[in-house]
Amino acid sequence: MIRKEMNLISPIDAPQAKKPSRDGFGKALVELGEAHPNIWAMTADVSESTRTHWFAEKFPERFVQMGVAEQNLAGMAAGIASCEDSVVFISAYGVFNPGRNWDQVRVSLCYNEANVKLHGSHTGITVGPDGASHQALEDMAITRVLPNMTVIAPADAEEARKATIAAAAWKGPVYIRTCREKMPVFTTALTPFQIGKANVYRDGKDAAIFACGPQVYESLIAAEQLEKEGISCAVVDFHTIKPLDAEAVREWAKKVKLIVSVEEHQIDCGLGGAIAEVLAGEGSGCVLKRHGIKNRFCESGEPFELLKKYGLDAAGIAEFVREARK
Amino acid sequence: MADDGSKQALLEKVAPPAPGMPKITDSKKLDRIATDIRKSVVQMLHAAKSGHSAGSIGLADIFTALYFGMLNHDPKNPEWPGRDRMVLSNGHVCPVMYAAMAEAGYFPKEELLTLRKLGSRLQGHPHKGSLPGIENSSGPLGQGLSIAAGMALFAKRKRKSWRVYCVCSDGEHNEGQIWEAVMAAAKFKLGNLTAIMDRNNIQIDGYTEDVMPLEPLAEKYRAFGWNVIEVDGHNISQIIKACNEAKHVIERPTMIIAHTVPGKAISFMEFITEWHGKSPGDKEKDQALAELKELEAGYEGA
Repeated sequence: MIRKEMNLISPIDAPQAKKPSRDGFGKALVELGEAHPNIWAMTADVSESTRTHWFAEKFPERFVQMGVAEQNLAGMAAGIASCEDSVVFISAYGVFNPGRNWDQVRVSLCYNEANVKLHGSHTGITVGPDGASHQALEDMAITRVLPNMTVIAPADAEEARKATIAAAAWKGPVYIRTCREKMPVFTTALTPFQIGKANVYRDGKDAAIFACGPQVYESLIAAEQLEKEGISCAVVDFHTIKPLDAEAVREWAKKVKLIVSVEEHQIDCGLGGAIAEVLAGEGSGCVLKRHGIKNRFCESGEPFELLKKYGLDAAGIAEFVREARK
Repeated sequence: MADDGSKQALLEKVAPPAPGMPKITDSKKLDRIATDIRKSVVQMLHAAKSGHSAGSIGLADIFTALYFGMLNHDPKNPEWPGRDRMVLSNGHVCPVMYAAMAEAGYFPKEELLTLRKLGSRLQGHPHKGSLPGIENSSGPLGQGLSIAAGMALFAKRKRKSWRVYCVCSDGEHNEGQIWEAVMAAAKFKLGNLTAIMDRNNIQIDGYTEDVMPLEPLAEKYRAFGWNVIEVDGHNISQIIKACNEAKHVIERPTMIIAHTVPGKAISFMEFITEWHGKSPGDKEKDQALAELKELEAGYEGA
């Protein structure tokens, strides 16, 4: 039931190399640096963690180390981006960028329509042992609400690579959300990617799972399991949270009775919230159940322990779908 | 090397920037322009029925120095790539910037009276997309110096000969982001960045030294690695001289601490903190304009 034209790895649960999605970002940044002399990268004392050090080694004259100062990071990026056709990537942990510097992102970047691309790495609970203060679970909410902002949560390292390259060519501020932990790379160079266009990886008749980030893969595995139980589940990769592919939401609301949103983020104001906003007033009769973090801070633990505890691994997602159908 | 400022100086000698708008050096002429700008500001704020009077009036001489005696710019071609960048950080004093821009010919002076009104290009706090010649949207304090530093870093690394000027307030030095930018500008040796602080000693809730003491400001900036020049912020020739001095300091950014009187030249506004965020009513407007008219008598023939 997985759509062949999406060119995912096959079979979907085959053993494969795992990579953190931040690697895809860092790799793309180097590709961009080589192809375009107007690309800059800046970081706030986390060059290795955010993989901007690969760019720094190759293009020191276009790399800027800002120290632990995310507000100034955003501000100076706006200044550089205002000159000629510069495109500036600013990179730090999601809790700080866009967390610590939200006002600068709002005014210096969004109101200025600055060509600055934010990269928030180490998002979600999979940052693990660092604990709740470092687990970005509100970053999509605070960026999505800003005018002129585009928000992307790639599903794996390869999609993060494509998203980064697409963001460079996209006008205005973009927020790209990546993860620290090594995760399966299940999309390939041939898998399509277009900002604002959801990817339907798997067709289904009974329910549709709309996911972003690492939960796209987990949802695909969950759907395989559900299939065995006689539940036919579509899986759609909503990598772009803003502008949301509202057409795809409406289309699936006509096809299935149940939509489940899955995200490593608070269920309010993130992907699930965005889908709810589209469905409100549609009168489709389709039910939306949102899965993710429910209005709480999480805790320290190994990434996969946390995914299990909060039901965001394949088994947890499958269980959520079963419950939602009751 | 990316941070070799001396190469930039050399480049300036070999290929001086195109002149843009001619600069005025006659100090009487400059004083007269500053008075015209003050008159515009009074009329704008009166018509808008809200806005920040004291800071805007107090900055009239600094903006005259910049727009008529210092900046390489071309009001008829605001996007000229070789222009000096003029970043306003404390956006609430934008009436004085709008007045200076109109006086320089960026747009017709009649448009000044649309300030803060629906459909106006003159937003209550500056918006880059609305009015050509505005380099940055601002309003939340403390953001402008970072933007200016970013522009200066670009110019330095890309060997551009244009300079960056940033007008900021004393009160906004309460914001942590300012000090982040101060550190970074010194780190990157941004000799092409000149900041001018409107040291008028007031902020919304009272005197700066009561609300959150800032002194010793000059020593703080020197300790952070900046070149510091202190001037009388109402002496236009002094301001221009300080900006020119700053051009010769290649390895360090310059902070010009301009000591100003809030509401300068309008007797009932001078030093009165309540005029920070207030606009003149009918009688106050008439009195202010009458006082400014008296000043003009001194510029006869200029």
